[in-house]
Amino acid sequence: MSVLIYIEHWDGKFKKSSYELVSYAYAMAKQMQTNVYGLVLGNAEASEIDKLAEYGLENVICLNHNAFQVLDNQLFTDVLAQVAEKVQANVFLFAHNNTGKALSSRLAARLKAGLISGVVALPDSISPFIIRKKLFTGKATAQVKANTEKVVLTLSQNAFGVFDNKVALNKISADIQVNEALAQTKLLDTQKFTAKVLLTDAEIVVSGGRGLKGPENWGVIEELADVLGAATACTRPVSDEGWRPHHEHVGQTGKIVAPMLYVACGISGAIQHVAGISSSKYIIAINKDAEAPIFEAADYGIVGDVMQVLPELTKKIKEVKK
Amino acid sequence: MKILVCISNVPDTTTKIKFTADGKQFDATGVQWIINPWDELALTRALELKEASNGLIDNVTVINVGPKETEITIRKGLAVGADNAVRIDANPTDAYAVAFELAKYIETHPYDLILVGIESSDYNGNAVGGMLAELLNIPNVSAVSGIELKDGKFEVVREIDGGKQILSLPTPLIAVVQKGIAKEPRIASMRGVMAARTKPFETVAAVGASPLTEYVHFELPQPKGKCKMIPADQLDELIHVLHQEIKAI
Ligand SMILES: Cc1cc2nc3c(=O)[nH]c(=O)nc-3n(C[C@H](O)[C@H](O)[C@H](O)COP(=O)(O)OP(=O)(O)OC[C@H]3O[C@@H](n4cnc5c(N)ncnc54)[C@H](O)[C@@H]3O)c2cc1C
Repeated sequence: MSVLIYIEHWDGKFKKSSYELVSYAYAMAKQMQTNVYGLVLGNAEASEIDKLAEYGLENVICLNHNAFQVLDNQLFTDVLAQVAEKVQANVFLFAHNNTGKALSSRLAARLKAGLISGVVALPDSISPFIIRKKLFTGKATAQVKANTEKVVLTLSQNAFGVFDNKVALNKISADIQVNEALAQTKLLDTQKFTAKVLLTDAEIVVSGGRGLKGPENWGVIEELADVLGAATACTRPVSDEGWRPHHEHVGQTGKIVAPMLYVACGISGAIQHVAGISSSKYIIAINKDAEAPIFEAADYGIVGDVMQVLPELTKKIKEVKK
Repeated sequence: MKILVCISNVPDTTTKIKFTADGKQFDATGVQWIINPWDELALTRALELKEASNGLIDNVTVINVGPKETEITIRKGLAVGADNAVRIDANPTDAYAVAFELAKYIETHPYDLILVGIESSDYNGNAVGGMLAELLNIPNVSAVSGIELKDGKFEVVREIDGGKQILSLPTPLIAVVQKGIAKEPRIASMRGVMAARTKPFETVAAVGASPLTEYVHFELPQPKGKCKMIPADQLDELIHVLHQEIKAI
């Protein structure tokens, strides 16, 4: 019995979501009285691997192969299944991001394991395995039971937190067959977004809605985001109209975010938008309509014109930061 | 070439979510049902691909695993332009059971491209597409925000953390699609609605897959405390909150 976590890296480096996953696995292993193994595929920097031990990872398996440069769901699933067999894993953990969603579903079908995605807490019970997840895009939670010996989980971002649990790290080798014939995903091109702070990583998000009236007014959003070290985001109509790129669209059909602070500017607070932000720790709303539904979701509200309030707020924050 | 679009039948996105008093079931009274938003975009893109293919793509089928009541939703798929529809007669209890039923059908009715939404807006499973690909043992790409047919191959855009990748894959292929795949969902015309009545609609018996997971209890979140209003001319108060309580500055 063991817990196996798939630890993703980006150009050799780990992000907060990886440390959160390790922290979560550490706590889960305590609860289950079992061991945790981390699996890292591809070229992660050695000093980065060592950092994983600070959050409680005792065993890591690092595998490197040319075929790991591009995510191919079939090939990666095959490797994961082999590693799972070696370490006798019965719980599999992934981050609830694009890669985690892709691999968890394939692996679950491969192993006939119950898949529960977007979990938000440690299990309520181990035998039977019962755990909480969000559903209806955050409008509800449920306890889900797995009727299988093995379970595959994806952990919602910012649901658990990052904790220091310094341990000694064992680097374990594993003899794995990389069946290159399985990889059929051919990479033609990669395009990186130019945002200073990525929406998915951000602790603070400054978001604009149709109340900004047009793309030419986005400067007030960007300047506030700049002083706060925040990522920028928007509502669906804003991205549909091409004022902002699609990857900034937050809500039920866009990205689900859970930052520490979400600043909603000129956003009405439609149910589909709120669904994507309701896990934020704090929400501040600025809207000129005192009746806007966003104030029902917000912790702090200002009734006012964004074109006046935002520059003023940015100026004051700059003064404080000086 | 043929495209299959898997559609899920979900409560309208503005539905106020309720559960039965014992917390064991979703309370569906008064709920309006729709095609899952991503599936609706997938269908739109499938129809666009067919129209632009010079006859290379000659069929777009919609398929749903669900009880008889979901036929209303499936017919909407026909009304916007799908050529035919299939309903596999089973209650969609969990993602594995749904993927299993779909896989059994597809094994005997192969398609070149299968489009699946990244999740359904009710249970947010993120599961059917990947599971289906594994059960059929064919490649899949996840988080697909664009798809083109080029020289008989599919070129897809995959969202990654902080960017996107352009990929080429052989057929048959499962694309797990998200936002961006199509601009706006198509709206059925009156003619479309009439035509939908006479389009082929097949009901298939389920093979009877067993679910691997079950929902044992549902809960609504605790109501939020009241929003504290700060007058627009007293931003110092907000600065204080940002500094002292939220610790953002
Ligand atoms: C199936 C489906 C899925 C959807 N998914 C999403 C989703 O994922 N994300 C999403 O965001 N939406 C989604 N929507 C759309 C959603 O219903 C709303 O239409 C959208 O969120 C509204 O965006 P908005 O708040 O920017 O615009 P509006 O509703 O137009 O609101 C603009 C707000 O700005 C205020 N305002 C105007 N001028 C000013 C000013 N100068 N200063 C201050 N305030 C001002 C107004 O009072 C108003 O409250 C979805 C809809 C459907 C049907």
